Amino acid sequence: MAAPTATEPATTTAPPAPRPERNLRRTALRGLPLLPSVTLLVLFLAGPIGYSIYLAFTNRALRGEGANRTEFVGFDNFITAFETPEFWNSVVLTVVFTVVSAIIGQNILGMILALLMRRATKVIVAVTGAIVIGAWILPEVVAAYLWTTFLGDDGSLNQILTTIGLPPQDWLFALPIIAVSFANIWRGTAFTMLMYVAALSEVSPDIEEAAEIDGAGAIRRFFFVTVPIIRRTIMTNLMLITLQTLSVFGLIFVMTGGGPGTSSQTLPLYMYEQAFSFGQLGYGTAVALLLLLIGGLASIVYLKLLPREEKI
Amino acid sequence: MTGATLERETGTDGRAAPRGRSRGTSDNGGVRGRAVGAVSNLVLVLIAALFSVPLLWVIFASLDPQATLSVQWPDPPSTENFRAVLNEETTFRPMWNSLVLCGGATAITVISSALAAYPLSRYQSRAKRPFLLTIIFATGLPITAVMIPVYAMFVQVNLIDSMFGAVLFLATSSLPYGMFLTKNFMDGVPKDLEESAWTEGASTMRTLWAIVLPLMRPGTAVVTIFTFVTMWGNFFVPFMLLLSPDKLPAAVSLYTFSSQYGQIAYGQLAAFSILYSLPVVVLYLLMGRRLGAGFAMTGGVKG
Repeated sequence: MAAPTATEPATTTAPPAPRPERNLRRTALRGLPLLPSVTLLVLFLAGPIGYSIYLAFTNRALRGEGANRTEFVGFDNFITAFETPEFWNSVVLTVVFTVVSAIIGQNILGMILALLMRRATKVIVAVTGAIVIGAWILPEVVAAYLWTTFLGDDGSLNQILTTIGLPPQDWLFALPIIAVSFANIWRGTAFTMLMYVAALSEVSPDIEEAAEIDGAGAIRRFFFVTVPIIRRTIMTNLMLITLQTLSVFGLIFVMTGGGPGTSSQTLPLYMYEQAFSFGQLGYGTAVALLLLLIGGLASIVYLKLLPREEKI
Repeated sequence: MTGATLERETGTDGRAAPRGRSRGTSDNGGVRGRAVGAVSNLVLVLIAALFSVPLLWVIFASLDPQATLSVQWPDPPSTENFRAVLNEETTFRPMWNSLVLCGGATAITVISSALAAYPLSRYQSRAKRPFLLTIIFATGLPITAVMIPVYAMFVQVNLIDSMFGAVLFLATSSLPYGMFLTKNFMDGVPKDLEESAWTEGASTMRTLWAIVLPLMRPGTAVVTIFTFVTMWGNFFVPFMLLLSPDKLPAAVSLYTFSSQYGQIAYGQLAAFSILYSLPVVVLYLLMGRRLGAGFAMTGGVKG
């Protein structure tokens, strides 16, 4: 049996033993280069997060009652959210969007691409890689615009469907959330593909060979040998793409604007509409805070998944 | 069953397949190996073809003054669309704004990250671990969710519609990841050279600037280009923080343009999309696979 060392990257030499640091002045001096970053992070990231915790409990508005005088309203905004059907509608849509486009779409397609790339010819791997990554590096608004035209009434997809004898559809009206999910698969698969290509290249062929000699078929080998070896990468990738997908705004905003009606209004779009179209800053912030909370929880899970040596 | 057997055989020689087979596989296995290779190629080509349809549309449409929504070869191809959008208002000013916004923010992110990475990479301290964990935690936070409080805050301090404010915020939003990446790259630079510089009495700044940074130039390039490409595509931040038409970057002006003329001027819109995407495509071509290596580090999977 091959030793299962493939997963463990070689650990570098241990850092020099920490000396007791009594010299406060030296520590301060050494930490000085951190100052610009810390200042920016405190002012523009921690600041707004703290401010959002305050705003979420007020009735701050762009116009009307809360505009002149901001009042503390306790948990009202959260209670309102939980009692509003539109809020739940956008929660469900966010879940659908995340599951369809990230967890199913990008994840599985990315894995398929990574697996195929191990067996295919170099040129084809290079060309496919370039196209998939090309879709990914294009600016969000360009991707959104390309997909609007691709899925449009007289768009390329309907052109293809008609050619092969299938009925055309106005995808952005008939299935808006699925339409934006597919656009997001197109745009995001490259990330997963790169993650899995890197992970698979670390899997020692010896292990697979051993499994093969034991008589495991390709599918069994994938699920019982390869997946367990790269499971950390799979979990990390799922976490990261979930985080990225939860907060997608521009793509959906440009493609459908959340519509028709509210049929593709995910949480970020709902939050935006409440805060700016309806001017309810306090309420919008409460929704944003919930989104931040979900993101924060996912981020903590991600931290737990990081290999030990990355954490220091 | 045959499918499974097919796959099984390649397991042995899959990796060696393109070049000679070193592992003793039977002829039969070689044939099967080639068959799996052919199927893999075929499926990849198919996926690549599907992925490229929207890309083909934008290229063809940009060359076709009578462009419609469907992919069709422009007959005859012309540069009319490009000539129509290559003016100050449509292209040059938004692109310049994008360059100021993203260039400024990238510079701030990269410099701050390099400075911050040095103590994080070189010194031991009890505060280091919690600090790094906080930074990694922050890389996962959805910036989208922070935009409303940022807007409200910027209104209070009068930074709305200020390029400076937008640059600072954009820089901060990519700072956690920039610091994390830079620190990882810096960890890869051996300490020996610095130690001799230390003994000769060089200051921290001098050591960082003259020894460490030149040694990690490829890493810095990855951080710089990654940060710039991400910012170049960012829509939400400038959309929220900038208002005057003469300050809007290309990301927002493309949106405005498409909501105004999107239904009629497909060709021009396609041409503008291409011009706007060009810088990131060029940077990607310059960096090639190295950029991918930078991305893969997100997951701690150093490739």
